[in-house]
Amino acid sequence: MSGTKTTYNDKVVRQFAVMTVIWGIVGMLVGVIIAAQLVWPELNIGFLHFGRLRPLHTNAVIFAFGGCALFATSYWCVQRTGHTRLWGGPLIPFTFWGWQLVILLAAISLPLGITQGKEYAELEWPIDILITLVWVSYAIVFFGTIGKRTVSHIYVANWFFGAMIIAVALLHLGNSAALPVSFLKSYSAYAGVQDAMIQWWYGHNAVGFFLTAGFLGMMYYFVPKQAGRPVYSYRLSVVHFWALIFTYMWAGPHHLHYTALPDWTQSVGMIFSLILLAPSWGGMINGIMTLSGAWHKLRDDPILKFLITSLSFYGMSTFEGPMMSIKTVNALSHYTDWTVGHVHSGALGWVAMVSIGSMYYLLPKLFGKTEMYSTKLMTTHFWIATIGTVLYIASTWISGVMQGLMWRAVNADGTLAYSFVESVKGSYPFWAIRWLGGVLFLSGMLIMAYNMFKTMAGGSTKDTPVIVPVGHHA
Amino acid sequence: MDINDLRSIVTVVGLLCFLGIVGWAYGKGSKKGFDEAANLPFAEHDDQGEASKPSHPR
Repeated sequence: MSGTKTTYNDKVVRQFAVMTVIWGIVGMLVGVIIAAQLVWPELNIGFLHFGRLRPLHTNAVIFAFGGCALFATSYWCVQRTGHTRLWGGPLIPFTFWGWQLVILLAAISLPLGITQGKEYAELEWPIDILITLVWVSYAIVFFGTIGKRTVSHIYVANWFFGAMIIAVALLHLGNSAALPVSFLKSYSAYAGVQDAMIQWWYGHNAVGFFLTAGFLGMMYYFVPKQAGRPVYSYRLSVVHFWALIFTYMWAGPHHLHYTALPDWTQSVGMIFSLILLAPSWGGMINGIMTLSGAWHKLRDDPILKFLITSLSFYGMSTFEGPMMSIKTVNALSHYTDWTVGHVHSGALGWVAMVSIGSMYYLLPKLFGKTEMYSTKLMTTHFWIATIGTVLYIASTWISGVMQGLMWRAVNADGTLAYSFVESVKGSYPFWAIRWLGGVLFLSGMLIMAYNMFKTMAGGSTKDTPVIVPVGHHA
Repeated sequence: MDINDLRSIVTVVGLLCFLGIVGWAYGKGSKKGFDEAANLPFAEHDDQGEASKPSHPR
């Protein structure tokens, strides 16, 4: 391309960024609906009942909302820190349209009950093959771009994004291995406890790599960028990266405490989960301390508010997680709302907030503006989202611990003190509060969408030229 | 030597490998490269005219 000035490929980033907000609204709306179905059971209408809609909610928020956010931010970051245009030709638009098709197929097949029955891996085998094609294309585009970077270093955020891409490919191929019996039905390649172990090796590392490593990549780029200063300790970020890589893969068995899984495997899972506290908090401290000396920026910058609050929730949920992996704690918490609360502390507080902050950073730049249409609405969004998250996790903690205590309570003669339905009855008020928290979080996303469309109006979508920094040539 | 010895060896080698990475990351030699890398996000068009950002003290 000598002679002509190269530009960054911002088109694909723009597409994924806009769809992040759209799918966020869709996924969270389904979440609000199923939360309402628990409070008002008459809302379970026909086949659109809780059992069918719940996997739609999880798939939509994780893979549609979270996935689009990861594509957008990784494509932006790898170009900006590699100082080169995205590589991959037709594979680049294929990752966008292919991923949207996967989401659409999920939205059709899951309510119809077409499922492999594996949590977070429900999609049937033809969709699994499409996911594989899109994901391999993503890997080719991402690593191809890293390969043609014009600077010698690979910025730490790209290490996290790259690890996410490789690990998710491995997990998806491993766990989705199945024997098709018809076009829409297949059976897992594994059986019994091995199947359960493979499933939670997948399930936990989907959390560890898709929902953690990828979003840490986001954190390592957007927090320094918005704070206007380099990451607190680059050394710590390197150790943080490798510590996560070495430990996450072993933590899965904590999902199978007190099951047919061998006892020693459960203990290994618990120990590695406890070890995980160290890299998790190392990363959180590294992100928050990046702001040291510039704390005043937090006062009136809603993007930093989102990013730093997301790190606080990351710290909270990565403390809670290892605690819940301890067998005796797990005996109380497992199968209760506490688990749901823990997941949403991570999902709303960490994943969604760091994505929202990053999108607020990206959107004006993608549409040739200096800032979002309304800073005030961003601040409103921040407070609504924070209150919604706190209501959600506090109510599910209370109902969760209550359920755990009621289920284990026994009378003097050894019979159960409560029937199951009594714990359901006791949970109602907390489920109503949880629903309200979800409504608040969704309202924040609607405000974001309004702000986004106002920012997009009359915007310029001209690509910006690549600038090769002096003295950085590879 | 059975397969479990091999498994133990892999675990120990993994730990040594990680400790090696920590030693390398906190060693003297890597400081300059890390500073360069840490400043990569700031060499863009919207940062033109700004000097290289000061590094945190550690």
